Amino acid sequence: MTLIVDTWTVFRRYFAKSVSSIPYMGVSLAQPVLYLVLFAPLLKSVSSVPGFPGGGAYNVFVPGLLVQLGLFSATSGGWSLIAEVKAGVIERMRVTPSSRVALLLGRTLRDVAMLIVQAGLIVGAAVPLGLSLRLPGVLLAFVLMALIALLMASVSYAAALLLRDENTFGAIVFSATLPVLLLSGVLLPMTLAPQWLQNVSAFNPLLYAVEAQRALFANNIGDVNVVKGFVAIGGLAIVTVVAASRSFGRAVA
Amino acid sequence: MCYIPHMDHTPAPRPAIRAIGLRRTFKARHGEVEAVAGIDLTVNQAEIFGFLGPNGAGKTTTLRMLSTLLPPTGGEALVAGYDLRRAPQRVREHIGYVGQAGGTDHSVTGRAELVFQGRLYHLPARTARRRADELLETFDLQGIADRNIGTYSGGQRRRLDIALGLVHRPDLLFLDEPTTGLDPQSRARMWDEVRSLHVAGTTVFLTTHYLEEADALCDRLAIIDRGRIVAGGTPDELKRAIAGDVIVLGVDGQASAALDVLSAQPFIRDHDPLTPDASSIRVYVDHGESSMPAIFRVLEAGGIVLKTVAMSRPSLDDVFLRETGRSLREEAA
Ligand SMILES: Nc1ncnc2c1ncn2[C@@H]1O[C@H](COP(=O)(O)OP(=O)(O)OP(=O)(O)O)[C@@H](O)[C@H]1O
Ligand SMILES: [Mg+2]
Repeated sequence: MTLIVDTWTVFRRYFAKSVSSIPYMGVSLAQPVLYLVLFAPLLKSVSSVPGFPGGGAYNVFVPGLLVQLGLFSATSGGWSLIAEVKAGVIERMRVTPSSRVALLLGRTLRDVAMLIVQAGLIVGAAVPLGLSLRLPGVLLAFVLMALIALLMASVSYAAALLLRDENTFGAIVFSATLPVLLLSGVLLPMTLAPQWLQNVSAFNPLLYAVEAQRALFANNIGDVNVVKGFVAIGGLAIVTVVAASRSFGRAVA
Repeated sequence: MCYIPHMDHTPAPRPAIRAIGLRRTFKARHGEVEAVAGIDLTVNQAEIFGFLGPNGAGKTTTLRMLSTLLPPTGGEALVAGYDLRRAPQRVREHIGYVGQAGGTDHSVTGRAELVFQGRLYHLPARTARRRADELLETFDLQGIADRNIGTYSGGQRRRLDIALGLVHRPDLLFLDEPTTGLDPQSRARMWDEVRSLHVAGTTVFLTTHYLEEADALCDRLAIIDRGRIVAGGTPDELKRAIAGDVIVLGVDGQASAALDVLSAQPFIRDHDPLTPDASSIRVYVDHGESSMPAIFRVLEAGGIVLKTVAMSRPSLDDVFLRETGRSLREEAA
């Protein structure tokens, strides 16, 4: 019970902080739309290449874009956590009797909420361009989106708590996200890749996320990729949330 | 006959803090750093207790252990009546902690932080808002309550830090260097705030590098150096313990000869160790005024030319110097 109340308290604080920052809101809302406007036209011509999945360019592209957004924006949580550790904000919270798990979970859920808003914006903007939405696929896609955000934010927080330094954190995030992104089939479907690259990408959980999202946007709920996506992302999300909470509960020196 | 109550039978008030053998080592790149090397400590209720020591002495580490933020490597402590290891949650409910770095977020308003802090202490929403108003008034922050903390002055921010540590009316407040970096005016004001907490019955445990601060503010203090407590007591006790007066004698180039002849005299209680390039020596005597003529005679008889002489009441710096062989003023500079 305290866990829920404290999580809500922490969530509200961080959510209000995000919303009240006009530059932050501006960038985080403009960014996905910008991706859509700049990148989608490129895809139009690629979609005729043999091996490209069917279902229309936008129904292939938007699911990938959502996963990419999850990867990029949720990782930024770690930056702010490092800054707050250094400024003593985290100590100030940890010295209260508030639930330790809530202190991290609340801000993670803020990241999830922000991402859902951004995702809604992308989907809304893509409909007039040619994205077709069918229920209940889209709803499940948003649920999966929330799990991706939970996973990425927790990974980001766990890494931040481990590294404790913005520069190292930045270098690692920068060098890790790009290969993860390429090997997830977000930019181009992995079906176009040579066999060895496909073998490597089989270890990338985001690949399953992308394939599940594409199946959901095609409203193929029974697709095996949907099950794989939920199992891979959901399972990892649980593991990383627990791991991040535990390292948060320990001394933040 | 009348009945005289025995003072001895009234139970001694439970101390606010009792620590035994508290220790903390950190793993560093080259072996281990012993930040706090086993300290014993008692802080009485409703006193202002000071922790005086140079940079890296282990003050923050001790405070973080006592406030449940850092698990000790060894030792035990009762804080606000609860066992630090077994009941950290209880300890948290009864203490306030204001870190050295403060701990405010620049992009949030002071009022929002106070209300949020109250909620973290599980105050109901209305109580938290009311308490925030009270604290804003007490610390004279109403005018800037709805501005982002990033726009506050150093003194305003430090007052907010302390207000944040008080939202739940703790019995015991830890203040880690409450006045470091403040201008003299803000410092004087902070001293007043601490004194009024004291009047209200709150136990305050503060750290400082400033001798004046420890002297002016604290009922009792402990001097910590390199993870060990080297002296403890009231400021007066500490000063009395070293001697009546301190006499500094300027004797260019003849310091060791001067020390030789003086240390043989019965009225010289003690002296500081000689530093290699010393042009002066410090001696401790019971009565400065009456010892001075004798010192002059002894030096003259020894053929030592006295260039300057100064006498002072011992300060806490003298205590520190005597216990550690180093001056706190040099360290702090
Ligand atoms: N997380 C840590 N890892 C490694 N060493 C540490 C850590 N925290 C503190 N130390 C070391 O422990 C010693 C005591 O540090 P502490 O912060 O307690 O000193 P302090 O008395 O508060 O000093 P200051 O007056 O500068 O604040 C220092 O040598 C410091 O470098
Ligand atoms: Mg310190």
